[in-house]
Amino acid sequence: MTELPRSTERSLGLVIDLDTCVGCHACVISCKGWNTENYGVPLSDVDAYGADPHGTFLNRVHAYEVQPKTGGPAQTVHFPKSCLHCEDAPCVTVCPTGASYKRAEDGIVLVNEDDCMGCGLCAWACPYGARELDELAGVMKKCTLCVDRIYNENLPEEDRVPSCVRTCPAGARHFGDLADPDSEVSKLVAERGGMDLMPELGTRPVNKYLPPRPRDREDKIDILAPFLEPVIEEPEGFLGWLDRALGAVSGQGAGKETGQKESG
Amino acid sequence: MNRPLQPMLDTSPAVSDEVRKTTCYMCACRCGINVHMKSGKVAYIEGNRDHPVNRGVLCAKGSAGIMQINAPSRLKKPLKRVGPRGSGAFEEIEWDEALEIATGHLKRLRDEAPEKLAFFTGRDQSQSFTGFWAQAYGTPNYAAHGGFCSVNMAAGGIYTMGGAFWEFGQPDWDRAKLFMIFGVAEDHDSNPIKMGIGKLKARGAKVIGVNPIRSGYNAVADEWVGITPGTDGLFILSLAHELLKAGKVDLDYLARFTNAPVLVNDDPGSPDHGLFLRDSRGRMLVIDRRTGKPAPFDRKGVQPDLAGRLEKDGRTHRTVFQLLAERYLSDDYAPENVAGRCGVPARQIRRIAAELAHVAFEEAFELPIEWTDFRGDAHKTMTGRPVAMHAMRGISAHANGFQTARALHVLQILLGTVEVPGGFRFKPPYPKPPEAHPKPHAGHAPGKPLDGPHLGYPLGPEHLLVEDDGTPKRIDKAFSWENPMSAHGLMHMVISNAHAGDPYKIDTLFMFMANMSWNSSMNTEGVMKMLTDKDENGDYVIPNIIYSDAYASEMVAYADLVLPDTTYLERHDCISLLDRPICEADAIADSIRWPVIEPDRDVRGFQSVLIDLAVRLGLPGFVDEDGKALYKDYADYMVNHERRPGVGPLAGWRGKDGTKVGRGEPNPKQLERYIENGGFFIHHIPDNAAYYKPWNKAYQDWAVEVGLYDAPAPYIFNLYSEPLRKFQLAAEGHGERQPPEHLRARIREQLDPLPIWYPSAEDGAGEYPYHALTQRPMAMYHSWGTQNAWLRQLHGRNPLYLPTEIWERHGFREGDFARVTSPHGSITVPVAHHAALNGKTVWTWNAIGKRKGAWALSEDAPEATRGFLLNHIIHELLPPRGDGLRWANSDPVTGQAAWFDLRVKIERVDAPPAGSQPQFPPIASPVGRGPKNLAWKVGK
Repeated sequence: MTELPRSTERSLGLVIDLDTCVGCHACVISCKGWNTENYGVPLSDVDAYGADPHGTFLNRVHAYEVQPKTGGPAQTVHFPKSCLHCEDAPCVTVCPTGASYKRAEDGIVLVNEDDCMGCGLCAWACPYGARELDELAGVMKKCTLCVDRIYNENLPEEDRVPSCVRTCPAGARHFGDLADPDSEVSKLVAERGGMDLMPELGTRPVNKYLPPRPRDREDKIDILAPFLEPVIEEPEGFLGWLDRALGAVSGQGAGKETGQKESG
Repeated sequence: MNRPLQPMLDTSPAVSDEVRKTTCYMCACRCGINVHMKSGKVAYIEGNRDHPVNRGVLCAKGSAGIMQINAPSRLKKPLKRVGPRGSGAFEEIEWDEALEIATGHLKRLRDEAPEKLAFFTGRDQSQSFTGFWAQAYGTPNYAAHGGFCSVNMAAGGIYTMGGAFWEFGQPDWDRAKLFMIFGVAEDHDSNPIKMGIGKLKARGAKVIGVNPIRSGYNAVADEWVGITPGTDGLFILSLAHELLKAGKVDLDYLARFTNAPVLVNDDPGSPDHGLFLRDSRGRMLVIDRRTGKPAPFDRKGVQPDLAGRLEKDGRTHRTVFQLLAERYLSDDYAPENVAGRCGVPARQIRRIAAELAHVAFEEAFELPIEWTDFRGDAHKTMTGRPVAMHAMRGISAHANGFQTARALHVLQILLGTVEVPGGFRFKPPYPKPPEAHPKPHAGHAPGKPLDGPHLGYPLGPEHLLVEDDGTPKRIDKAFSWENPMSAHGLMHMVISNAHAGDPYKIDTLFMFMANMSWNSSMNTEGVMKMLTDKDENGDYVIPNIIYSDAYASEMVAYADLVLPDTTYLERHDCISLLDRPICEADAIADSIRWPVIEPDRDVRGFQSVLIDLAVRLGLPGFVDEDGKALYKDYADYMVNHERRPGVGPLAGWRGKDGTKVGRGEPNPKQLERYIENGGFFIHHIPDNAAYYKPWNKAYQDWAVEVGLYDAPAPYIFNLYSEPLRKFQLAAEGHGERQPPEHLRARIREQLDPLPIWYPSAEDGAGEYPYHALTQRPMAMYHSWGTQNAWLRQLHGRNPLYLPTEIWERHGFREGDFARVTSPHGSITVPVAHHAALNGKTVWTWNAIGKRKGAWALSEDAPEATRGFLLNHIIHELLPPRGDGLRWANSDPVTGQAAWFDLRVKIERVDAPPAGSQPQFPPIASPVGRGPKNLAWKVGK
């Protein structure tokens, strides 16, 4: 059994905007690319070109259909899921070797691969399914919040963010210190009603999700733009309206003679 | 509990030894990428933050490029067929032999009958080069894949407003407040749309998605219009009806910048009926409100009158705007009368019209930028109308797609939202009206180059490529009466026509990156048969097939000679202003690819191979008078070729010292400068030239300066398309060039100069009640990218998605299979439920299904066992109508393949088969199989 730090200096994490996520999987593959080449053993792929290709991913996007209770058409919500770096991370406390730990300085939950024996208890304890045992290496893999990017002095400062955040085309992923109420991510959470995933479990996730804005709402729209008032009830009325309107446009007054005869 | 010390972590590991910046080619978006190298190997790929297309972001495909360059499906060496066509039995040969074989066929044909070479490239990004090659060779039979893909969109846009969506233009992402997307699948234009939607949402702008399928962009749209396929045109014209009826159109904009005030001959008895009234110099005439008299539309100070009317020589002339209003004010377009057909409630149509009007007119704004228009009239400000639109294949791949694209542009123009702040903006070299494009050419003679460029924009029957008896001159029948404005050619008809010898037989089919025997054809099984059919002498009906591809695609098996291409990180390429560039609305931009790694196989970049062949053939433009090569390879061509004096494939760092933009002598250090700059070049448009481009004097002058035009070419938008009317007039019996009798009625009805809607060809078939569509997922692109080890884990399966209505009616359950039948055949495929879907529509992911043996996948890969194509049940011809003719399944204007017109019936299969049906015999893999497992790490 492994102990969690009593508190962390910062709580680094992700804020994921479900209103904007188009489900493109850019974050999934960028993560795979960075973390295959970097922290720990590569994220392997088994039966890569065969009948049952399955590899290790630290981040996956699920799509859910939602049928609004208030009526209206069904909706699709894309839901990217990775480790939430919980304050009360059950995956850490369950670890028999101390390989799983939560960093005191920034709250990132990591696996020290040298100490991991691949028993899988942490994956079992995680209610979010956010850990994956690498089948080839026999080592537990999980989101590192790109701990080897966010402090990396070999990267330009603007690139010191997790690779999923850097690559997200829709700008649906945000990174920062959720313990700091003045951080951009905390402000976003406050403005948009950011939510914990399954708060009832008491894991106190650091990552937050911004809920989709209401869709297909008529009420909001009607206030903005009442239905159009017809100015032309009959097709024949069109020219009369047009002439009045043109007068207003050109500032020359309406009623000018426009029908012309010319011979030649 | 133990609380061990935290392990020491190196949080600043070396990222790479070197970053090489080039252009992605995992799809057609052409984003900038940073390729991180470790010990000469590719370690990681990320987006280039400086790049105008993607600003640092990168999609799943782009990041998975590393699995592309190690893909087991990569071809390794030239191949010569040794077994029957289609078997996949090849022997590897040396390049010298391969090039000799190719030269043998090409030389003989060029000397005797160059039209017997059909050279078609697929998703080619070097069309200005491949077209130049084909023109020098002298065959009229060249095009790329546009006719299969989205020519309705391109041609509809060019003929209406001198540009279309995607490469031609973009929404004003920074200022739009309402964004409407029509038929936009999840691909084109991938990252820019996602970035744009992100920007709009961050600002609280509204997104309306019009699409039968609510996935991808439509999933995040604030409002979804789950339209019935093929009815977008009717929906759009109903919006126009509502706007006209309420007087919510931009009259000032229409009068100044469009042909709305132009006088049209309104006398049905006249041979010029429906043509514009012009003066002796050919200038279109309008009534000037200041004088009440006719005047050329472009005269300084003229105030064109939308309500003008003129009796001249006993003929009545009325303005385009009157004709337009008359048509769309008709009750035919009233929301109540289109709602059922469109599957969109009348109330929703009304409300969207109201919102468009509200945002365009009540939320209008002024930018304090002074500008002068083409008439010489000065304006103090630029008026913003923050409604932007975008559309793609969903409205285009129908037999009414051209008119639907036109209708959409007419809607944008009525709102005054094109080329204004907040609206839709062109990307240079667009705007460019049809008149400024080349005309199509097909004049060929043995041993001679073609008499001009292959593709272009006909302005009337005089520009058709037909013999005196009406026979098409091109093998694909482009620019014939069957589809007069087929600006991109008809790649999808080449094999079918060549097999039928209609209009003539060919000798050699030469293709690049075009998976014709699988997902890039309609009627896939039929195409396989055409490629392998033999004549009475036992010879193949299509005698020779040369094919170039980088991967072991399904088409490789049908070639006699395979020229293996490189992957995109191993080659030179240029994304050129002469072609389909990467410009932004505020800038011209182009880019290159360069070999950031060298091939580890005996493969060559296809464009360099074409140059080698051109030199062997002594083609003009590729050799000097002594027959000596002008360019040693494609990189050399990119730098030194000049299309017009001083204007070449790349616009950046021209001139001997590299200081010139657009125009200037070749610079021997040009590619080095591109590489130093991250692989691209960008040059911004001055602020006062950024909007109103077709009419803005500052823009026109700037465009001449940078070499886009040779002289200013302002023009007005074509709400009414006179070229269409000219074809119609011919069909009414006017003029010398006359259409064949069987096409007269169709041309009269469907080539209407004002956008119309008609049911697409296969509509209304009671026996086949459902529409069947495909779309590409955001993380996959056709098949050109092999089944990448990472991406196939995201999209290795493609069930047929059924809406709740169909799911419940037939009692489907998870794991079930359905038999899907069209008038052309049946497939049996796995199904899944999808509630956010138009109730009469089924769909699947495109090109996930693979043939057994292709792409170096194992034969039991899910793509081969459960994957499927809808292509099997789509035909290039429509079912017989009993008139003795076979009509093409194409748009009657452009010839665009109408694969979204597919209608099907669905039955639940009682005993699910082991896999999808039909299945085809496995093809032998020319490259073996991939490794079992991957643990890819190139560093320590």
